[in-house]
Amino acid sequence: MFSRAYKMVVTVPPLLWVTIFLLVPYLLMFCYSFWTVSASQTIVHSWTFDNYKDLLQKPVYWQTLLRSMWVAARVMLFSLALGYPLAYFLSFYAGARKDWLYQMVIIPLWVSYLVRAYAWKTILGSDGVLNTLLQYVHVTHHPLDFLLYSPFAVVLTLTHIYTPFTFLPIYAALEHIPRNLVEASHDLGATPAQTFWKVIFPLSIPGVLAGATFAFVLSLGDFLAPSLLGGPSGIMISNIVVSLFGAAYNWPLGAAISLAMLVLVVSLLVVSERLEKKWSFS
Amino acid sequence: MASLTSPAAAESFTSASKPALLSIRNVAKSFGKNAVLRDVSLEIAEGEFLTILGESGSGKTTLLRIIAGFEQATSGELWMGAERLDQQPPYRRRVNTVFQSYALFPHLTVEQNVGYGLRVARRPDAEVKRRVAEALDKVKMSAHAAKKPSKISGGQAQRVALARALVNRPQLLLLDEPLSALDANLRRQMQVELKSLQREVGIAFVFVTHDQEEAMVMSDRIALLRSGELEQIATPREIYSRPATAYAAQFIGHTNLLKADVSAGIARCGSLSWPASLADGPTLFSLRPEHVRIAAGISGAVRVHARILNKAFHGGTELVRVECADGLILTARIAAGTVAQREIELEFSPADAVPVRESSERN
Repeated sequence: MFSRAYKMVVTVPPLLWVTIFLLVPYLLMFCYSFWTVSASQTIVHSWTFDNYKDLLQKPVYWQTLLRSMWVAARVMLFSLALGYPLAYFLSFYAGARKDWLYQMVIIPLWVSYLVRAYAWKTILGSDGVLNTLLQYVHVTHHPLDFLLYSPFAVVLTLTHIYTPFTFLPIYAALEHIPRNLVEASHDLGATPAQTFWKVIFPLSIPGVLAGATFAFVLSLGDFLAPSLLGGPSGIMISNIVVSLFGAAYNWPLGAAISLAMLVLVVSLLVVSERLEKKWSFS
Repeated sequence: MASLTSPAAAESFTSASKPALLSIRNVAKSFGKNAVLRDVSLEIAEGEFLTILGESGSGKTTLLRIIAGFEQATSGELWMGAERLDQQPPYRRRVNTVFQSYALFPHLTVEQNVGYGLRVARRPDAEVKRRVAEALDKVKMSAHAAKKPSKISGGQAQRVALARALVNRPQLLLLDEPLSALDANLRRQMQVELKSLQREVGIAFVFVTHDQEEAMVMSDRIALLRSGELEQIATPREIYSRPATAYAAQFIGHTNLLKADVSAGIARCGSLSWPASLADGPTLFSLRPEHVRIAAGISGAVRVHARILNKAFHGGTELVRVECADGLILTARIAAGTVAQREIELEFSPADAVPVRESSERN
């Protein structure tokens, strides 16, 4: 059907791209994760599992990984808790204001991540908007210090940033539900609440799974929010990786942690995709 | 019944022998400035098969959706016995709907779809199981109970949709062009099955269609809608043989519309004339093609000498278009293959020329 030359032209560039910019770096990282750093700060190309042992045995690493997962899980739950009702309202009840409200949800995505993270810094800081307000209305007499440089600040910021990412797939799933199914449910005697739980929610599950995966995976790998707003207690696994590749100059350990995260994320994606397939019926 | 204003509705009430199950009183509906229904009143009797017939845009589906509760009438009332229906949400009405595209829940099996109404009504498990099994058996879908809707054919989905509605034993079943997605053969078969099922369960059906043949085959009565107004409501036989308006005569079957002038008991149309005991003035007559016969010299018949323009073969009969000497064009339905010549003598009985009201111009 297509000439050999045409097939070459369309297949080779993407293959090259994937090889050079994805496969080779991953392979390098894979190799690094089995090497070590000598006392004189040079990389020793001898094969060992020491880095993975470190990862499992030194509490700082696995505890930070668990803490990062806990942060990601909270961001996921809060984003769903905000994104789902918003998507549901827009899809079913917004009427003529739908397009306008949709844009309102999307527009923050155009604003730089960094700007939004800094915005929270000015809101949550000890001289920030929130603390000033709370003291002004005499809710508190001292600035609340848990607001900034804490896991709370990280979860709050990431939730703000990733809620549109959960909103979008849920909204798309809800928009795809034929409205005559909702009518059929009412027609068969189901109240609006019964209709939601028996028809609308089950049919929106693929969107919920996609949104949850976005929020969890993106927050798990985040390093800007914790480094800007997390403080010492809000450090996440990516901050450790960044420092291992930077100041600490331990690329092998950094590579091992990165690979462990990659495996974790890919398995999550596989599970989520399986579940999404199971719950889609078109 | 004082609120029944249109003559069509009054006629319907006399022809409905059983007590009214649902009465639709002066229902109107507009979407913005666009009036979709205007002052529609009609009554549906217990156990009746009523068809709402109309072209697309006639408001037939809107009327059905108002009965189901998916739309609110702009004005007018719905009464089911002593209960005001239009103020109830759809889930409190004892009315079920078979949707045009069936609207089966894709995440539920055939069995779960049929059991949905009973489950949300929190009927005991054993009862749900028994009634679902009965309903599936009635529509011959028991073998497919465990399948998802995506795994069954259109005809099967249609049966499931029917079972899902009937299993709740509604007082009234609404059907929104349920056969339009099926191919011609299956459609004819389903028409017969649906009609016999309706007799068997004894539930009143309100069936919406744009297909006049379908309406004729299935209905006890036909309500003909035109641009949101009720044009005529009558039995298929009545509406065919005594159409109230020119539109009704043309929409249901073929007809010849004769623009005649009545004076002193004689109707004149071109060179034709026949006795008609009507008030003087211009009158429109509907004359069915099958009532225009090859002349046999029956006494009192109106004779027409005409030239054949063309013939359309319809199996047992053919529709012959002829032109009379004065330019009047008539269509006659005669046995196939009976005319070979160019010119023809035809006749019709004056009794078959039915006076009809001119349909008002509407958009």
